[in-house]
Amino acid sequence: MRDVAVVSFAQLPNVRSEDKRNEVEMLMPVISEAIEGSGIPRKEIGFTVSGSCDYLVGAPFSFVTGLDAVGAWPPIQESHVEMDGAWALYEAWVRLQHGDLDSALVYSFGKSSLGPLRDIMVLQLDPYCVAPLWPDSISVAALQARAWLESGHEESEMAEVAARSRRDAKANPMAQLSEERDPATLLEEPYLVSPLRRHDCPPLSDGAAAMILAAGDLAREVCERPAWISGLDHRIEAHGLGVRDLTTSPSTALAGRHAGGTDVEVAELHAPFTHQEPILREALELGPQVTVNPSGGALAANAMMVAGLTRIGEAARRIIDGSATRSLGHATSGPCLQQNLVCVMEAR
Amino acid sequence: MAETCAVVGIGQTKYSATRGDVSIPGLLREAASRALEDAGCGWTDIDAVVIGKAPDMFEGVVMPELYLADALGAVGKPMMRVHTAGSVGGSTALVAASLVQAGIHRRVLTVAFEKQSESEAMWALSRPLPFAPPTLAGAGGYFAPLIRAYIRRSNAPDHVGIMVGVKDRENALRNPYAHLHIEDISFEMVAESAMLWDPIRYLETCPSSDGACAMVVADEAAGDRSPHPPAWIHGTAMRSEPTMFAGRDAVNPRAGRDCVADLYRQGGITDPRRQIDMAEIYVPFSWYEPMWMENLGFAADGEGWKMTDDGSTSFQGDLPINPSGGVLSSNPIGASGMIRFAEAALQVRGQAGEHQVDGARLALGHAYGGGSQFFAMWLVGAEKP
Repeated sequence: MRDVAVVSFAQLPNVRSEDKRNEVEMLMPVISEAIEGSGIPRKEIGFTVSGSCDYLVGAPFSFVTGLDAVGAWPPIQESHVEMDGAWALYEAWVRLQHGDLDSALVYSFGKSSLGPLRDIMVLQLDPYCVAPLWPDSISVAALQARAWLESGHEESEMAEVAARSRRDAKANPMAQLSEERDPATLLEEPYLVSPLRRHDCPPLSDGAAAMILAAGDLAREVCERPAWISGLDHRIEAHGLGVRDLTTSPSTALAGRHAGGTDVEVAELHAPFTHQEPILREALELGPQVTVNPSGGALAANAMMVAGLTRIGEAARRIIDGSATRSLGHATSGPCLQQNLVCVMEAR
Repeated sequence: MAETCAVVGIGQTKYSATRGDVSIPGLLREAASRALEDAGCGWTDIDAVVIGKAPDMFEGVVMPELYLADALGAVGKPMMRVHTAGSVGGSTALVAASLVQAGIHRRVLTVAFEKQSESEAMWALSRPLPFAPPTLAGAGGYFAPLIRAYIRRSNAPDHVGIMVGVKDRENALRNPYAHLHIEDISFEMVAESAMLWDPIRYLETCPSSDGACAMVVADEAAGDRSPHPPAWIHGTAMRSEPTMFAGRDAVNPRAGRDCVADLYRQGGITDPRRQIDMAEIYVPFSWYEPMWMENLGFAADGEGWKMTDDGSTSFQGDLPINPSGGVLSSNPIGASGMIRFAEAALQVRGQAGEHQVDGARLALGHAYGGGSQFFAMWLVGAEKP
């Protein structure tokens, strides 16, 4: 494969409600920051691809106006996935493999504040047999948490993930939720949807992120320590919750194997609910020596369609700033970790 | 450079206003199974699945790739979902081809669909424009002023739009999958149909359809071994530009011209009118045929309508356009672009049946979307590039 690296990443501070700016106004500064951070002139970027979801905006074609933030004139080579920005990154990485283009802009945006997210995500489920029962997104995650607990785990493990994530988030200025809490006191709080307590769930976030990829010599030229993508893969599982073992994540394990996700120092895992972090850790066989979610992860900031790309951006940042030599970024999509992407990056 | 690749399997559903006999996954499987059968392979021979459709609101299912993973045999495989407005069917095929061109996969299944009977697409397409009163009613409301501008610029006579409406419905009679089969279609019938968005009459407009189209895109080795002749991909291109800004030419958009120039450069095309044997282009309203003839370089600026008028674009003409009946005869929106790409491939494979263009060796597939701002195209041939 052709050598491709993340050379720049930018994100907006995640907030509960970004009510002063629309999506284009959110994207403009973050895209400009990523481009300027890369040192590649805007007009020289070869490929552009974004990820977003119309249902968050409540209007069709919500990505169309996003193009206004890019400066798409003269016309550009551009595409869009109705998926988390991490899959836009995948499309960009594939496109750069053709060899005729050397750089790509990847971006995504999501405002969870515009509608009742818990209910909107119901429309992601089987429209004939499951969605009409209206199981909201937290209840669906609670089913998985229950199954995981019954497979031999304790609620205290979940509280520890919550406490550690929110504590680590104090060092992340982009995080929305950060606090110092004792896991034992967290367990005294009431259930939101049993066995999930409020701290087991992600915040509702508005956010946007942008990333620049560069290939070969261009990456070396514009970045002192590019985060070289050594492996990138994604896999999907069956949709029906009843046909899956919800206590494991075989698609993550498979993507991790294909991406060569071993010997990493840092892993940013897209685990919006506390019980999902240990499931992903096990699937990726991450030992205790691996630092997981130093940014605070999706439990500290969870802008829909952005949080996955942000995990990869955070993992890349550790390479670029010299604090790690090999890192892993993970993104998930769908109910109960149905679809998973693993991106392994390294310094060279 | 990018790896050589080919279309080795094509499958389409019968298009109709309401496919009440199948569920959403049933609709996709109908197209996908036919594509696999044509390619002579099974579900397990597929490495990855790429689906595309227009807005999720058309069926009310958010990010339907998740729900469709089982039906499309994608479990344990990579699966992606593309959405680039009306051009999405074309863009989806390009993303699938890109995976093979990158050398990552050998065989990719790509499916585009729309089940428009699940909702009312006209209102889903009536998107409010910034700083403008909400007076749009459907895509026709957006495109009618652009068509009027074209007619003013080119001094095209009124009957050209009607001719396209007749020609594409006559072509559809030779395509068993087409939604509209109007046996007694005539110039008078189109001319006398109701004016919807002046100058677009009812029969100069695309229908609202349910349907899916699927293709298997394969690498060179798989193309060489395919049981039926493959359609080799000679070029792929996409271009986008913003919806509106001062000075933008929305009638003859630069994104389309740049896109086709890129495509012709890849395919070594210097005289498209002579070198290309036929084209399937995205014509949702009749007048877009002459408009795109100019944008695609088949005619000089202001001259596109003459190609329709003198019969050049008819089934017997020197550059048959939309022998399948086109978008005017079948329009499952998210699939409409892929149907253009697939029909172009069918022609160079010699498998278009009654609507086969004699001697079609090199064909263009075209799709556009948004406010004439997103373009996706490919060039396919009977010979290897």
